[in-house]
Amino acid sequence: MSTSTVDLHDQHEHGHDPHQQHHFATMEQQFDTSKIGMWLFLATEVLLFGGLFVGFGLMQSRYPQEFLEAHEHLQRPLGALNTVVLLISSFTMVMGVLSAQRSDRKKLVMYLVLTIICACIFLCVKYFEYSHKFEEHLLPPRWYHAQPGDTVRDAAGNVSHGYGTFFAFYFMMTGLHGIHILVGIFLLAWIAIRANRGEFSKAYYTPVDLVGLYWHLVDLIWIYLFPLYYLIK
Amino acid sequence: MANTLTSQARTADHPRPAVNYLNAQKGIWSWLTTVDHKRIGIMYLVGVLSAFLMGGIFALFVRLTLLNPQHMLFGKVLMTAETYNRVFTLHGAIMVFLFIIPSVPAALGNFVLPLMLGAKDVAFPRLNLASFYFWVFGALLAITSMVVGAVDTGWTFYTPYSTTTQGSVGLMTMAVFILGFSSIFTGINFVATVHKLRAPGMGWFDMPLFVWGIYSTAIIQVLATPVLGITLVLLLLERVFSIGIFDPKLGGDPVLFQHFFWFYSHPAVYIMILPGMAIISELIPTFSRKTMFGYRAVAYSSVSLALLSFIVWGHHMFVAGQSQLATVIFSALTFLVAIPSGVKMFNWLGTMYNGNISLETPMLYAISFLLLFGIGGLTGIFLGTLSTDVHLTDTYFVVAHFHYVMMGGTVIAFIGGLHYWWPKMTGRMYTEKWAALGCVLVFIGFNMTFLTQFFLGSRGMPRRYYNYLDQYQPLHAFSTYGSWVLGAGLFLTAINLLMSLRKPMDAPDNPWGGTTLEWKTSSPPIEHNFEDQPVLDRAPYDYRPQPVAR
Repeated sequence: MSTSTVDLHDQHEHGHDPHQQHHFATMEQQFDTSKIGMWLFLATEVLLFGGLFVGFGLMQSRYPQEFLEAHEHLQRPLGALNTVVLLISSFTMVMGVLSAQRSDRKKLVMYLVLTIICACIFLCVKYFEYSHKFEEHLLPPRWYHAQPGDTVRDAAGNVSHGYGTFFAFYFMMTGLHGIHILVGIFLLAWIAIRANRGEFSKAYYTPVDLVGLYWHLVDLIWIYLFPLYYLIK
Repeated sequence: MANTLTSQARTADHPRPAVNYLNAQKGIWSWLTTVDHKRIGIMYLVGVLSAFLMGGIFALFVRLTLLNPQHMLFGKVLMTAETYNRVFTLHGAIMVFLFIIPSVPAALGNFVLPLMLGAKDVAFPRLNLASFYFWVFGALLAITSMVVGAVDTGWTFYTPYSTTTQGSVGLMTMAVFILGFSSIFTGINFVATVHKLRAPGMGWFDMPLFVWGIYSTAIIQVLATPVLGITLVLLLLERVFSIGIFDPKLGGDPVLFQHFFWFYSHPAVYIMILPGMAIISELIPTFSRKTMFGYRAVAYSSVSLALLSFIVWGHHMFVAGQSQLATVIFSALTFLVAIPSGVKMFNWLGTMYNGNISLETPMLYAISFLLLFGIGGLTGIFLGTLSTDVHLTDTYFVVAHFHYVMMGGTVIAFIGGLHYWWPKMTGRMYTEKWAALGCVLVFIGFNMTFLTQFFLGSRGMPRRYYNYLDQYQPLHAFSTYGSWVLGAGLFLTAINLLMSLRKPMDAPDNPWGGTTLEWKTSSPPIEHNFEDQPVLDRAPYDYRPQPVAR
């Protein structure tokens, strides 16, 4: 985030870190401030997903049987695989931040690349899951096709809207999460390039730390999504 | 005493520095790419005032249409029912999302907050600029939506109408979504700034109360806006893909939209009013020459209003089909809001009591605020009470109530603050006589327009209606005449402020004898705000004569 914005009009004598912005007294103050900003941003992310979690909860309480039956169509092994992949990526991210703190450029780049690879695996698996849903028409209410196992039907034999609602939420929440993974890949690539140039050291590694925080939040959200969708039973 | 202090401050001034934030860099590009909080504040000010003008013109048209039940003007029908729906929707959406929400925090707050803290800038200057461009982008989208086929849903976008109407709800909700980002960025920036960039020696309870108000606002901006964001995304998905979350035909729940919407939009009401209260907390001690009465209580009341704002959203839905138990609980919680609001009112009055009051224009606005917000707040109690609310829901009574709080509260405080900090921002004094006249006209016009609407509402005139019964005509006409007086007052105020820009810079550093840090730098401030890092040596609102040699 904070590249060298040393102000040309800065009246102070120089000699401090070129990453230090003019309105901060010390690097420490700047680092703490950036962290506060990132945590606040993460709070907004939690609330963004929070709305969807609440909506899911309400709809689940309205259509408990439909949600139970619909979740059987999700591929639990693939979901579990993705959970493991993201947990590994969290570990590599932690190691990346640690390497940055130790000014170990090579390891930092390596761990960042590993994290990106995990993120890509996650998205590939998600792609296969999504295409399976599309083939089977496991989609929001308007496009949902009745499945043999669907038991909740009205007198005319039409299936309840609850099945489609389950998949509407499934696509919205995993989709929004997927977008966050995608954004994460770009952020990781960006700091990997900068790390490769040797921009980070124990004196200045704020961007690595902040992207790390973001990545952990994205992982954490998946940790909640996985049981919510795949492990209803 | 006011004069001695002012002249003391004047003589203590160092000569006006030749280079200030306005002329340090030249050209339009230096403005568009600036990361200086003062310049961004000025750009925001220009933006929100343009939005205010646009929303105000829509409001005048709404009132003009309602002048008589035939909607005739000079023998012609002024607008059709469809156009009317669009015009009042645009008035509401523009005023709420483009004007009031960013008005005090993003325009005045951006300029003043770092100065008050003795900081060189906000915590994240580039995020600040990004916030402004998100605002511009959102505003452009909103204007585009008007051109392609304006929204006619009311500013609340209630489903199922909003998911079925032909108007360009999609573009407008996208605009509001993007404006939400702008608001979140401002909020994040201010929270971080208040936490980490206070001047040496400035503890939490040495901060000016304006900072407390803006800080509380920023917390709401950060915590509530994302929920609006996701709600609007759901609305868009519903419109485009029929995901069936709000549509009962597809198993959804339209009331769920209202819950989501008000979970943001009730706190948003406090995003609007808290900064207004914050300004008043500056104006009253300064122009009463007296220490703020109950400083801590006022500081805490800002924070508690911010917290309460999150648990009262259900009072917008008393008749929308939520459970009776929920309704009773929300009603009871709503009454709690009266406590911190009352704390503020009484502390402002306590500050004025026995003070050395000088009635300069900002103080005139502050006193107007006390009267108008008093009415707005008290009528809120009628609406929080279930038995009366059932009768008053969706009548002009509600319209009058929220205009007393939003316009009589926030906008009056905003204009007061604008007059208060105008010399600091521009380096120029406006003509006091015209400014005071403008304030009086605004006050009279406002009351003519909206006090009338309490009567209309209590007699059963429903809000948003294009047609009305003949019996309401005299009151409607009076309200419309009031809107002309109000418009004239605002016009006079705007002209007076703009005319001052033609004068040479004549404002002293501290024209009002204020004690907060922004008055310790030159008017207008230099690029980095202060020659040296200011150190706080006295509590805010300490008006005892200062020893000359510091």
